[in-house]
Amino acid sequence: MYNEKVMDYFEHPRNQGAIEDADGIGEVGNPECGDTTKIYLQVEHDVITDVKFQTFGCAAAVASSSMATELIKGKTLKEAWDLSNSAVADALDGLPPKKLHCSLIAEGAIHAAINDYRTKRGLEAWKEKKESHAEH
Amino acid sequence: MFIAPQWENPSVYLARKEYDMNTEKRLVYMDHAATTATRPEVAAAMVPFMTSTFGNPSSLYDLAKVSRTAMDGAREEVAVALGADPEEIFFTSGGTESDNWAIKGIAFAKKAQGTHIITSVIEHHAVSHTCEWLKKQGFSVTYLPVDCFGMVNPADVEAAITPETILITVMMANNEVGTIQPIAEIGAIALKHGVLFHTDAVQAVGHIPVDVRAQNIDLLSLSSHKFHGPKGVGALYIRSGVELDSLIHGGAQERGQRAGTENVSGIVGMGLALSLAVKGMPENALRITALRKRLTEGLLAIPKTYLNGHPEKRLPNNVNVVFAFIEGESILLMLNRRGISASTGSACSSRSSEPSHVLTACGVPLEVVHGSLRLTLGEETTEADVSYTIDAVKEVVQRLRDMSPLTPPELRSQP
Ligand SMILES: Cc1ncc(COP(=O)(O)O)c(C=O)c1O
Repeated sequence: MYNEKVMDYFEHPRNQGAIEDADGIGEVGNPECGDTTKIYLQVEHDVITDVKFQTFGCAAAVASSSMATELIKGKTLKEAWDLSNSAVADALDGLPPKKLHCSLIAEGAIHAAINDYRTKRGLEAWKEKKESHAEH
Repeated sequence: MFIAPQWENPSVYLARKEYDMNTEKRLVYMDHAATTATRPEVAAAMVPFMTSTFGNPSSLYDLAKVSRTAMDGAREEVAVALGADPEEIFFTSGGTESDNWAIKGIAFAKKAQGTHIITSVIEHHAVSHTCEWLKKQGFSVTYLPVDCFGMVNPADVEAAITPETILITVMMANNEVGTIQPIAEIGAIALKHGVLFHTDAVQAVGHIPVDVRAQNIDLLSLSSHKFHGPKGVGALYIRSGVELDSLIHGGAQERGQRAGTENVSGIVGMGLALSLAVKGMPENALRITALRKRLTEGLLAIPKTYLNGHPEKRLPNNVNVVFAFIEGESILLMLNRRGISASTGSACSSRSSEPSHVLTACGVPLEVVHGSLRLTLGEETTEADVSYTIDAVKEVVQRLRDMSPLTPPELRSQP
């Protein structure tokens, strides 16, 4: 069902874990299948210097969360905000159509973590461009 | 085992073999409720009916008579296993067809008398989707609830009967949680009220004793591939005197009740497989029950792990547990990498993206229903397989819990 890259990221997830005293934490659940992803960010001068994730869910949810953390590490918050779930799926060489929605929680959790970081610093939370993207 | 086409390509075959040797991958099949391997002696007994004595049972010459005689023998073997008469056994293409035939056949034959059917919420889709379809044809269906062990209460069956009721269909043993239903009690209630009683015994036949007379069963579905027979063949027991419409129309096979040239080799294989299963049942059930208990205890030693189904009244080979904080598809894929074949009721692994209707009906809370694992043992399962599986599951559960944001600190390997 899954390609080798997805299986690799599922079995050897990069950046799995938690960051103590993280600068931003975001957690998003997918009501459809109960998946939940939590993202921890460390930020310096607007750049993500470290990122970790924890996921409850299927292999697609784990792999896409892990891939998403790799894609945003070293990026600015704005760049990380603009990472789409389809870019994550592409970086994994594709997900089965039925599992595409699983990659949405990673995007959602990153957004939540960025806004957590911003609001903690008295900044305005960024608005979602798309409508309720985590509810597919 | 599953790579037959690749055998023609030696390089693929060698790569595969090397891969297995390198990883020392052990193969532990823990999904006997899904299907079983056909016994080699059963497969061997089937071959002549495809290659040499291949005659169509409906023909008149001697070659055909061999097929007919073999089918008669298989009919007798199936009848003996159920405590029925051979005239009451009708061969089908499997459990799904038998369920469809029994339920639709009775529904349409009895339509003038009434249009109400009683079933349970934990039936296999072969039954529940058939009932749903009948609802669209104007029938009404009562779905009886189950208790937290997945057990139907016979008192609920009795209370649901109305003058309109034409059929009660409740499975003998559940395919997910293994719970064995109070079939004799339900049969007695059906008899008392003059309502026909069908049971889907696909998971039960060949595994636990069945007696259609003692249990007052009017119709019973069984499927060969669940007791080490070939796939694509099954039977419907129809108590003599019970009349139902045909499902498959055409030729006059199966005494005009089920058309289509008979799957002679499959039928022969099923008959032999069933008689062997019944012969070995006392010994196997004892041994497999002991293995099941060891496996269950080993898994329940993992914190925040709960047993699904009934602790005692369950199929000898069925273990079904839920692990809090983790998801079933992930468990399966990690077990697969360790050579273990298993099954889950998680939404993520099903095609419907709904969690198992059986676990939900048993009241398994939504937070944990996604973390279910079903392991079903078989005759070839060894003590070593069970030990290996317990260790592998422990390791996988810990890995996934370390990965999950829901796991409390005390259950993480590094808090
Ligand atoms: C309880 C039950 N009923 C019906 C079936 C369907 O049987 P078959 O695969 O022979 O169509 C199965 C098997 O999956 C089953 O477990």
